[in-house]
Parts: sequence; structure tokens; C-alpha cells
Amino acid sequence: MLRAAITWPVGLFLCALGLSANAEWGINMRRGVTDVSQSVFDLHMTIFWICVVIGVVVFGVMFWSMLMHRKSADSKPATFHEHVGVEILWTVIPLVILIVMAVPATKTLIDIYDADEADVDILVTGYQWRWQYQYVGEGVSFFSTLTTPRDEITNVSAKSPDYLLEVDNPLVIPVGKKVRFLVTASDVIHSWWVPDFAVKKDAIPGFINEAWTRVEEPGIYRGQCTELCGKDHGFMPVVVQVLPQDEYDTWLAEQKEAAAKEAELRDKTWTLDELVERGEKVYTTACASCHQPNGEGLPPMFPALKGSQIATEDMAAHLDIVLNGKPGTAMAAFGKQLSEVDIAAVITYERNAWGNDTGEMLSPIDVLKAKEGQ
Amino acid sequence: MSAVIDTHHHDHAHGPAKGLMRWVLTTNHKDIGSMYLWFSFAMFLLGGSMAMVIRAELFQPGLQLVQPEFFNQMTTTHGLIMVFGAVMPAFVGLANWMIPLMIGAPDMALPRMNNFSFWLLPMAFGLLVSTLFMEGGGPNFGWTFYAPLSTTYAPPSVTFFIFAIHLAGISSIMGAINIIATILNLRAPGMTLMKMPLFVWTWLITAFLLIAVMPVLAGVVTMMLMDIHFGTSFFNAAGGGDPVMFQHIFWFFGHPEVYIMILPAFGAVSQIIPAFSRKPLFGYTSMVYATAAIAFLSFIVWAHHMFTVGIPITGELFFMYATMLIAVPTGVKVFNWVSTMFRGALTFEAPMLFAVAFVILFTIGGFSGLMLAIAPADFQYHDTYFVVAHFHYVLVPGAIFGIFASAYYWLPKWTGHMYDETLAKTHFWMSFIGMNLAFFPMHFVGLAGMPRRIPDYNVMFANFNMISSVGAFMFGVTQLLFLFIVIKCIKGGTKAAANPWEGAEGLEWTVPSPAPYHTFTTPPEVK
Amino acid sequence: MSEQQSNKPVVTRLVLTVIGMFAFGFLMVPLYDVMCDALGINGKTSGTAYRQEVEHIDESRTLRVQFVATRAQGMAWDFNPDAEQLSLHPGETREMLFYAHNPTDRPMVAQAIPSVSPAKAAAYFHKTECFCFTQQVLQPGESVEMPVRFIVDPALPTDVKHLTLAYTLFDVSERMPDKLASASAQAH
Repeated sequence: MLRAAITWPVGLFLCALGLSANAEWGINMRRGVTDVSQSVFDLHMTIFWICVVIGVVVFGVMFWSMLMHRKSADSKPATFHEHVGVEILWTVIPLVILIVMAVPATKTLIDIYDADEADVDILVTGYQWRWQYQYVGEGVSFFSTLTTPRDEITNVSAKSPDYLLEVDNPLVIPVGKKVRFLVTASDVIHSWWVPDFAVKKDAIPGFINEAWTRVEEPGIYRGQCTELCGKDHGFMPVVVQVLPQDEYDTWLAEQKEAAAKEAELRDKTWTLDELVERGEKVYTTACASCHQPNGEGLPPMFPALKGSQIATEDMAAHLDIVLNGKPGTAMAAFGKQLSEVDIAAVITYERNAWGNDTGEMLSPIDVLKAKEGQ
Repeated sequence: MSAVIDTHHHDHAHGPAKGLMRWVLTTNHKDIGSMYLWFSFAMFLLGGSMAMVIRAELFQPGLQLVQPEFFNQMTTTHGLIMVFGAVMPAFVGLANWMIPLMIGAPDMALPRMNNFSFWLLPMAFGLLVSTLFMEGGGPNFGWTFYAPLSTTYAPPSVTFFIFAIHLAGISSIMGAINIIATILNLRAPGMTLMKMPLFVWTWLITAFLLIAVMPVLAGVVTMMLMDIHFGTSFFNAAGGGDPVMFQHIFWFFGHPEVYIMILPAFGAVSQIIPAFSRKPLFGYTSMVYATAAIAFLSFIVWAHHMFTVGIPITGELFFMYATMLIAVPTGVKVFNWVSTMFRGALTFEAPMLFAVAFVILFTIGGFSGLMLAIAPADFQYHDTYFVVAHFHYVLVPGAIFGIFASAYYWLPKWTGHMYDETLAKTHFWMSFIGMNLAFFPMHFVGLAGMPRRIPDYNVMFANFNMISSVGAFMFGVTQLLFLFIVIKCIKGGTKAAANPWEGAEGLEWTVPSPAPYHTFTTPPEVK
Repeated sequence: MSEQQSNKPVVTRLVLTVIGMFAFGFLMVPLYDVMCDALGINGKTSGTAYRQEVEHIDESRTLRVQFVATRAQGMAWDFNPDAEQLSLHPGETREMLFYAHNPTDRPMVAQAIPSVSPAKAAAYFHKTECFCFTQQVLQPGESVEMPVRFIVDPALPTDVKHLTLAYTLFDVSERMPDKLASASAQAH
């Protein structure tokens, strides 16, 4: 009966482990898609089983005592209260187990700290509250921002499977190649984590950290920021798309062209309605989390734009604050994060939405001129 | 000549003063112990309410109840209040009540400082809680308050947060000085160090830890204050400082702090298990040495909280090995508790239920701690709910159950009545089930990838979060039952003998129940 | 009363320990810098110009040096390296220019903070001239090309094949009011 009391829970637990395939009731770490992530998984399982065995033995003795050595079972208490030999044994045996465990752990750590040459170098910068990815030496750089609609967050519409784990521009890397991540931050400490790669590195303002991965399987891999960084710490996911080499090369070439395309877009003539339509999308991605979808903000930290002086009267001040931010506050310099087209669009939107109705519009060329100090 | 430290006038020598001023001015260790215990319980309920807000928001994905800014204030103040307002003062309260009784002393060594130590706490926490109502809100940067989120990017109330920490720190330091002086100087003749009850030993060691590290906490928050107000750049890279240095200094305090929060529980459980096994504690000497080893090792493991900041490999290996090493003395203690029970004559009144649950569940917390020590694996656990599960297992069934076990064990001594055993067992089972429902699933969501300190999460984490929240609500509501049990016990119940527990030993059981206002005015004889 | 006296030595020693540990907390600040310097960790490079002679150029090794620039929050300047990488031999003196431009309508003072990765390479990265040694003042609309001149020590461990020099640019206008005052004076 006692044996059953032990084997049933352990057996059920072991079965439950097998259920990890089902994501909703998943209970274990993933194996991941890199050699490092598999080594880490193996370390995790090894130390886990060591703990299970020790636990079964120790708790087994306890449950045995609780059953067989109860006073109500007429147990007479023994008087022994020391035994040097057994104390030495249960000091030395755990020590040996730990030394044995430390060997593979050390080896995996040495692998992780490998500083060999990489094929791709990516500067990962944490901002409040999005990531920026820059392909060093390629002239490609972009921001990666959460795109989950606010309606899903506020429970107005149903949540998609990638709720809070979807972005506009994922990081794209080639499969089978060593990719190095140079991780830093522009404001507070963030942390960049992709569970499937077993890569987690803190992003520290003013300092550069290094991590690397070599992904063996194409696919889309999702992670999150893992260091409290303020209000939207839970809303700045990491999404990495791993492509076969040829598709990666195509993508990279397209990115380089995109810079040229942006210039075309900037130079064309826009209508008010076109800017407002684009501006609403930009606002939703870049501004709404602080200034709210209804423009009312969360004063005093996040001022209202609806009916505000800056969005209805002083156009120059409006442009300046969007481009250059406001030091000492959470308002970032979006001139560095958004294209001229997007800045023109979002300012035009803000000046015409929520009843602001100024009828004014700003062209991307005007934004460019302001950026160049004219 | 009598050994009384007579600090009040002889007209009041008959007993305690009357009215509210009794409590304001008392220097009696029993009064002060009671005040600490009531204060800590109030803080436990307050910190617990914040946990209820957190779990209510996390009951389902999506933002339902609170905005992320407020959620961050809840997680931060929940941690600060539980660590500094509930667990630490509860142990100080137990120390105040029981250490003089256990060593045969008439009171603490420095009774007036004792009073001041207590009254600093309502000041400190009144100030801390008031920050929630200030413009910009209360602290929202986690109980670990990393810079620069807690300096450059902090709300204006951060200055008051720093001041509150200073006040609570001064209270702890004075309390620790008092405890060391008491234990070293006021033991009854014949009570050598190696005859002291384990609760006294663990508190002696804890007090040394407090002396060593609370000033470092004071230092780090002073550096924050200087960065915020006086233009220094300790943690500001722009001025040549380093945010990572904050973490080193903080965790140099922080790691011994978590042992400060558990060693007294080790001591209490080491007295309760022998009592209810009717068998002496197995391995008294090695229990003392193991506690000292844990305390010593606690100073050299701090960077295991920082495995992902970019420490060079030699550092990571050192801290990994040192952290794994702490498992050895801790394991020794667990084996000794189990050996105490083995071939005893066990009964399972409430103190023993909590003590046994402590051993099992704290050990589970210790296992997840050992897993966290493996640095490369920690890259997957760090800052996820796996860590939240770990520390709640060592703190809730660890420290908190240790406090409950102690409360039930010594309530007859404090009040003169037996508590209601049926209600107490109900409190135990509801707490046990609630706690496991709340925190066991956190291992799973952490492994599955859910980060800490987030108010909203992907749907794949939803099922376990819902279970966690249900467990948390259950655990929370049950503590109101504990309040009822304590009040009921104070007001009445079966009369308690001087020693109501068949297997209990120690000087505290030689005085009547309830313990008279002044005890051991003449030191007892200890063989 | 004898108990009161016998407490004094213990209490005195404990109070002195408390004061000592508070001081130790502050001592950890320079200690941290010393440890980082001595162990060559943390990626921090020296804040002063490297004056020593370099013995030789190791032509047998080629290293890739990358340059990246980050702006801190609220720093509106344009700031990037003229080139993102170059190859060199350890022992060679090389230079990289960083472009900075102030697009705002007020004079500003900036501080560039360097960081080197891998961290162990930092001790071998010697800057003989760097714009990061001082603050930079730019008038509204002004731009500048700022040099960093450096040598990678041939003693660099052989398992390091590349290194990255990263600068983060901070707005220190408010922290350096005197620099700003003289900058504004220049503008008028």
C-alpha cells in the first residue's frame, strides 16, 4: 500500500511529462533548434532526475516514518541522536554528485562562451518598449514592435495564437550559420531571450554584450524581454525568422532596396487622407500604448493628444517633440525610429483625429528638412 | 543581587502599564515581541492583498483589472512588504518573545533600543505604502530595484522609497545588535553555546548576517539617492558608472538576505520536530556547523542572480560551483530532520504538520534552486516564472510555514490557552493545498517561456495561470482563518499547562502558561 | 547593573562592524573598477590616452574590428561610424571617424561611452586618441567628424578573432551646465 502511494504519483508525473507536446499544458523546457539548446535541455533533465531520485528517497523515508512511527501506531521512540559515520556519508555523497554534475555544466558553459568568428553580426538594441536590429556591415537596420491589436489586449476581440508574440519586422537570420548578437540598450536594462536558441543576454545601456547561435532548422521562433524595463516590459517580444541561405540573401537584398524605396515614398506627393490612413497604423504601433488609442493618454506621465495645444496649434513644436523626444520623460526621439514618411503620417493623423480636425498635413519632405536642421 | 534589568519605576513594578501608552513606551520583550508579530501579520495581509491583485489580473490573458504601470507597483510593493515587512519582523517577533525565555534571561540586553527598533517599522512602512498615493505612483521597478530603472527612470516617490528602506534597515541592524548582545551575555549560568536551543543558534548566526549586509543595502540605496539628486554616476553609464555594479552590490546584500529569511525557520523547525517525534534532534553539532557553513557560503554566491549580465566565464564558473556547494550543508540539515522523525513516536498537531510540510516543500524549493545554480541551464530559467516558483517554495512553505509552526507551537505559552486544533488543521490543509496549487504550476509556465513581472501573457500560459490564481485566492482567504484562530485563542480555550507538548524541551516550558510579564528575574539552573 | 556594562564591548564592536560594512559598501565602488581593470573584464576601456610604445606589428594575425553606435534615449543627434568594420594586424595604429550631427535648435553637450566585446579584449584595445575622452559640444545644426585612433595589442589572446567597439552617445547637457554655458556663449 505504501509502495502504491509512492509509485502512483511518480508514475502519473512521468506520464504528465510526456504531455509536453501539447503546448497549452506544456510543462517542460523545449529542446530547441540549436546544439547549445539541446545541451542545455540535457543538463536540465539530468539535474532534474538527480533531484527526483534524491526526493523520492528522502520523502520516501519521511512518509515511511509518518506511517510506521506514529505514536498512535504504538511506536516507541528511539533515543539515537548522532552517528558520525552516516553524517560523513551524507555529506560526501551529495558532494560527489555535485562534482559529477559540474562537469557537463562546465563544458556547456565553455561552448556558450565561444568567441570564434561569426557569419552574421547583428546589433540588438533594447528600447522602451521595442527592439532594434542592425545588421553590422550591411547597412540594414529596423525596429521590431509588437503588433497585437489593442482590441485583443482589452478583451474586445479574440486572441490569436501568437498573442503578444507577434511583431511588424522580425529579425531574419540564415539557417546553419553562426550568428553573433551584440546586445545593448538605449535606456534601461532589458534582456533578449529566444528560448528555442537558449540565448538570453541582458541589454545594458552604455555596455555591449555578446551572444551567438547557430540554428539548424528554419522556422519562426518567439521569445520575450526578460528584464523588467518599465510599463510595457511584457509587450516587447522577440521574433526571429530563420531562413534557408538563399532566401535570406534575397531578403537582405530586398532590405537594402527598401532604403531606396523609402526615399521614393518620401519624395512623392501625398494627400491628407493617405497620410491619415498610414498615420493611424503608425500611431497604433508606436504611440497608442502610452497615448492610448483614443488620444487621451494617461496623465500626468503620458499627456493627452486629443484637444492638446501641441497637436492643434504649434506644428513646429509638434514635429520637434516627435523627432527629438523630450529629455527627462519617457517620450523617445522617434526621428531615429521611424521613417520620414511615417513621421509625417503620424503627425498628420494626430492633428486630425479625435476631433482635433486641424485639416493640416505635414509632408515627408518637410520632415526631412527638419531633420537636416533647415 | 537580582539580575533584573529594571528600566521602569518601582510604582509600576506590579505589571504592565495601562492603556495605549503601554505599547508606545514598553521595553518588555514579550510586549515588543507581540507588537512585532501583530505588525508582521498585518503586513502579511497587506502584501497578500497585493498578491491577490496580481493573481486576479493574471487569472486570464488580457488586461482586465489594472494597467501595466499599476501592476508593476503591485509586484514591487508585494515583494518589499513581504520581505521587509512580513517575514523579517515576524522572525524578530519570535526572537524577542522566545530568546530570553530559551536562555533563561529576564529580557533582551538593550530593552529601550528594542522598543525603538520596533517603532521604526510602522514609520517605515507607513512611508512606503504612502508612496502608492503620491503623484507618479509608488515604486514600480521590482523589489530588486535595478538601476537605471530605479534611478533615472524612477517616479518621484523613489526618494521616499529610499528613506523607508533606510528606516527599516536601521530597525533590523539595531535588532541584530540586541540579539547578539542578549545571546552572548545573558545566557543563564550553565548554558554553554553548545547547549543552546537551535532556534537561538540560528538567530545568533542570522544576526551576524544582518550586521554584515544591512549596511551594504543602506550603502547601495544611498548611492541611488546620490545618483538621483546629487549628480553622481554610480550606476549611470553617461557619467562613467555601471548599472551592473548596482546588481553586484545589491546581491551582495541580497543573497545573505534570503538566508536571513530562512535560518530562523530552520531553528524553529529543529525544535518542533524533536518535540513531536518525542526524540532528540539528530546531529545537534552538525546542525550548528551546517548553519554556520550556509551563512559563510551565502557571501560568495551572489552573482548567481546575474548569470545573464555578461560576466566572464571564470566568474560564472566560480559562482556556479559555490552555489552548488550550498546544497551540501542544506542537505545535511534535511537528512538530520528526517532522521529525527525516523523511529520516533510521531503525532501531527498543527505545529508538526507545518514543520513536516516545511521539510518536504522547502526541499522541493531547494531542488529548483540547485537547477537554477547550473549556469547554462539558468539562461533558460532566469527571469521566468521558474524563478518565481523557486523562491515562493522556499519562502512560503519555508519561512511562512516556519512562522505558522512556531506560532501554533508557542501560542499556548503566549496566551495560556490551547488553540482550536481542528481549525488549525483546516488552516494547514487549506494553506498546503492553496500554496501548491498556486506555485507548482509556475515551474511549468516558467519552463514553457513565461517571463516574470508581466501583467499579460500569451494564451499558451493561460491554463496554468488560472490554476495558480485559484490556488492563490484559496491560500489568501485561509489566512483570515488564521487570524480568527489567533484571536479566538487569545480570548479563551482549554487552559494550557506550562508544557502542553509531551515531547517539548527547553527553558520556555518551565515557566507558566501564559508566561508572566517578568520571567527569569532569577536565572535558572542549567545542567 | 553589571549586565549593562558587560554589553558595552559587544555592542561597541558590533556598531563598529556596522559602520565598517557601510563603508565597505562604498569601497566596493573603486574595488569593482580595480577588479574589472585587473581581470580585464567588463568591456570598459581606459578613459585616458594610451601613451606606451608598441613593440611590433604582428603581421601573421588579421583581426576584424567592428564599429557600432547607439544613441541613448532622448539623444537626438545623428551618430554613426564612417565605416562599420575594418581589418588590421595587432600592433598597427588605425583610425576610425564617427560622424555626429545636432539636428535640434539648441546647443547640446554629448558624452560617448565606449564598450568593447568580447570583454576580455578590452584590456588589449588601446586608444591613443578618442572623442570619448572628453565631452562633445555641437551648436544647433552643426556636424562634426570625430576620430578614434587605436592599437590592438599583439598580446591579445589568440582565440580572439574579432572585436567590436561600441559607443553609446548620451546627452549630458544638463549634467554639464558650465560646458553648455560656454557653448551657448559661442553661439552668440
